[in-house]
Amino acid sequence: MPESLPIVEMAGISISFPGVKALDAVGLRLFPGEVHTLMGENGAGKSTLIKALTGVYKIDEGEIRIAGEPRRLSGTADAQSAGISTVYQEVNLCANLTIGENVMLGHEVRGAAGINWRATHRAAGATLEKLGLGHLNPKQPLATLPLAVQQLVAISRSMVAKCKVLILDEPTSSLDANEVEQLFTVMRGLRDQGVAILFVSHFLDQVYAISDRLTVLRNGRFEGEYRTHELDRAQLISKMIGKDIAALKSLGAKASRRARPDAEPLYSAKGISRKGAIDEVDIDLHRGEVVGLAGLLGSGRTELARLIYGADRPDTGEVTMNGEKAEISTPAKALARRIAFSSENRRDEGIVRDLSVRENLVLAVQARRGWARPLPRREQDAIVEKYMSALGVRPADPERPVRLLSGGNQQKVLLGRWLATEPDILILDEPTRGIDVGAKAEIQEYVSVLADEGLSVLFISSEIEEVVRQSDRIIVLKDHRKIAELEGGQGVSAESIVTVIAEDGLGDPSADAAVREEVTT
Amino acid sequence: MSALTTHPTAEPTGVRALAKRLSLHLDTLPTAAAVVIFIGMIVYGEAAYGRIVQFNTLSNLLINNAHLVILTVGLTFVILTGGIDLSVGAVIAFSSVAGVMLMNAGWNPWLAMLLMVLIGTAFGAASGVLVQYFHVQPFIATLAMMFLGRGLASILSTVPERLADDSPLRSLGTQIEIYDGPKVDDIVITPGVIIAAIVVAAAFFVLHRTRTGRTVYAIGGSEQSAALMGLPVAATKMWVYIISGTLSGLAAVVYTARLGSAQNITGIGWELDAIAATVIGGTLLTGGAGFVLGSVVGALVLGLMNVLITRDGGIPPEATTIITGGILLVFVLLQRAVLARRRE
Repeated sequence: MPESLPIVEMAGISISFPGVKALDAVGLRLFPGEVHTLMGENGAGKSTLIKALTGVYKIDEGEIRIAGEPRRLSGTADAQSAGISTVYQEVNLCANLTIGENVMLGHEVRGAAGINWRATHRAAGATLEKLGLGHLNPKQPLATLPLAVQQLVAISRSMVAKCKVLILDEPTSSLDANEVEQLFTVMRGLRDQGVAILFVSHFLDQVYAISDRLTVLRNGRFEGEYRTHELDRAQLISKMIGKDIAALKSLGAKASRRARPDAEPLYSAKGISRKGAIDEVDIDLHRGEVVGLAGLLGSGRTELARLIYGADRPDTGEVTMNGEKAEISTPAKALARRIAFSSENRRDEGIVRDLSVRENLVLAVQARRGWARPLPRREQDAIVEKYMSALGVRPADPERPVRLLSGGNQQKVLLGRWLATEPDILILDEPTRGIDVGAKAEIQEYVSVLADEGLSVLFISSEIEEVVRQSDRIIVLKDHRKIAELEGGQGVSAESIVTVIAEDGLGDPSADAAVREEVTT
Repeated sequence: MSALTTHPTAEPTGVRALAKRLSLHLDTLPTAAAVVIFIGMIVYGEAAYGRIVQFNTLSNLLINNAHLVILTVGLTFVILTGGIDLSVGAVIAFSSVAGVMLMNAGWNPWLAMLLMVLIGTAFGAASGVLVQYFHVQPFIATLAMMFLGRGLASILSTVPERLADDSPLRSLGTQIEIYDGPKVDDIVITPGVIIAAIVVAAAFFVLHRTRTGRTVYAIGGSEQSAALMGLPVAATKMWVYIISGTLSGLAAVVYTARLGSAQNITGIGWELDAIAATVIGGTLLTGGAGFVLGSVVGALVLGLMNVLITRDGGIPPEATTIITGGILLVFVLLQRAVLARRRE
């Protein structure tokens, strides 16, 4: 591919939000006729960078050049007139209108008597046909199409806007393999017409199947720009998580593991799945054991946890607890069977910011009793005293509003809340994300203590070495599938898990054949 | 590359074809139902009481409901975006009382009429600013405007203000005989009816033939999507409230011209009549689907219902609201069914 001039050049972009530097001197170059993938873990700054480009966020420092000219865009409409269109993860179309109207909205063909619908629908049909969607009837309501096709209609819309740069922000997260392939066909067609495409995805296979160039971000910093074929998967993952391969090898090897407890699992699921969330998975949880879920962001970790907890209803599969069949389809049923789930979303699904530490701690216990039977103050104080000291919540003031505590201490309060329900199974989704090192070590240690006392813990973290250190058994997920189950202990390290993730799909003929075909060609 | 090639390969036949056509136009179903009910009411009225299907009855139906049709058109715009305007009845009261008093005080009647319309525009603009720039819920913003309008009208006067007999405003209410039928069975219209017809035609053009109109539908479908598509969401939302307010002012002119007087208690509950007419006409209260012609039919259904109840004589007038409520409920349930089908 000849090295042409970049159509978009962002250099030294910095953006600060109160208390955080979201982007620190980040650069990005988009070339016509290329698919460029933006890689990075959660919080790396991918969406912030996209919003800086389209003018949704104001940049503090740096320069954006579009076709060589310095420009500052002021929002979606301005970006569109500069030839930059964005297609988001959620389909942003109007389901109440027809396909053709959605494609043409704002660009309808007008004549003397207002909008000429015949010509408008014809133009929409022509645009759809260019993207291989000629079989769609532009007069059909959009809502009758599956989500994946709606996503493609959204892309046709950007064609009408005559876009030179197309940003696709995680468009594949809810698509199946065939739908992804359809999307990729459209993307390749556009690329060959000279459109510069910025692609964001967490699926490594997809990234390697479609992209010509990669930019890696980590913690708001620029890690590097690479040609896709110059960087193999293991290297890419280590760039994303910021540890080089050698360091990954030494890190996280677990010294010892608990002796396998009783052979009969406490919880056993066979083939549970949910469309768009996770493919069929078998998972066993034993008493006195920490099971870790490892995988990159978007691999289906949280989705699996939500399925086990009943926050989402499984489509298929069978669950047994203590050997008898159990139906866990709502969180209430899970709680009744003593399964507790601490969400990764501490702020929205976890603590209640304005309630005190005491009120937050007793919340789950109170919820299980029902509102008609308030927990006596004496019992509340007993719970509060027990968990505040066991977990070391600081400051040790039960009446302080929880929002005034640090993130680590909020997390301890949450942990205490679920422990107060005396669960048999505790699911911890990202319990250590975004908290300081000290609190993190305390929580990790306490999790081990809980397992030693006989609790069954399902531990989820995006830090693979943390999962390795915590877990007796590790289930590796990738692209919403379980790809391996490893016994913890000697021989398993962060590096070996990265290798498993990186090599999956390369030698295994069963996985996403359609997508992989592209890798080899 | 003609539009034909994009059609599905084989057109299904018979019942299947009809079902398919229907599924493509599911959102027209409530409006079609409104038309069916309207016709049904006429047929029933003719059979039960007689003298319904004749020129003077139908003429009077239009003359007596011209103001409601204008109001309903304005509300259709607002409701299509997913909003609501509760202020229209109070705006009519303030606008008409202010207009009549100014004319009686010697103002140029045409200037006063223009002012009556502009009062509506000002109220609509205020609602729009509250909704769009102060992020007040449309319900609350227009409720505030409703209290404001009613209060201002009461400050001006609490007794009926009679229009002078020679006021040019009355000319807008003059009955013009177009066709001289046997006895009193004539086709009669007023300038008010003509104004209403022009408003309906203009609204139809704007909603279906301009980008602003399509943006109204897009906002009703998903405001966030409309913004992300780069459509002028803020300006369009301002416009719908301004249109609704302006048409309230115009409805005040038409109504006052017909009645010849104005009072601060005029128009109490008319906002709800107009909302009911819009919903009966097939517009979804959540926005995004509906037709201005449907709303006109909805307004005429309400008007015709009053005629039938008067003719019957046996139905107490108090029952009118119960019947209105019943019809409304049927339509809302019908819409829910349609929505449920659309989600499938």
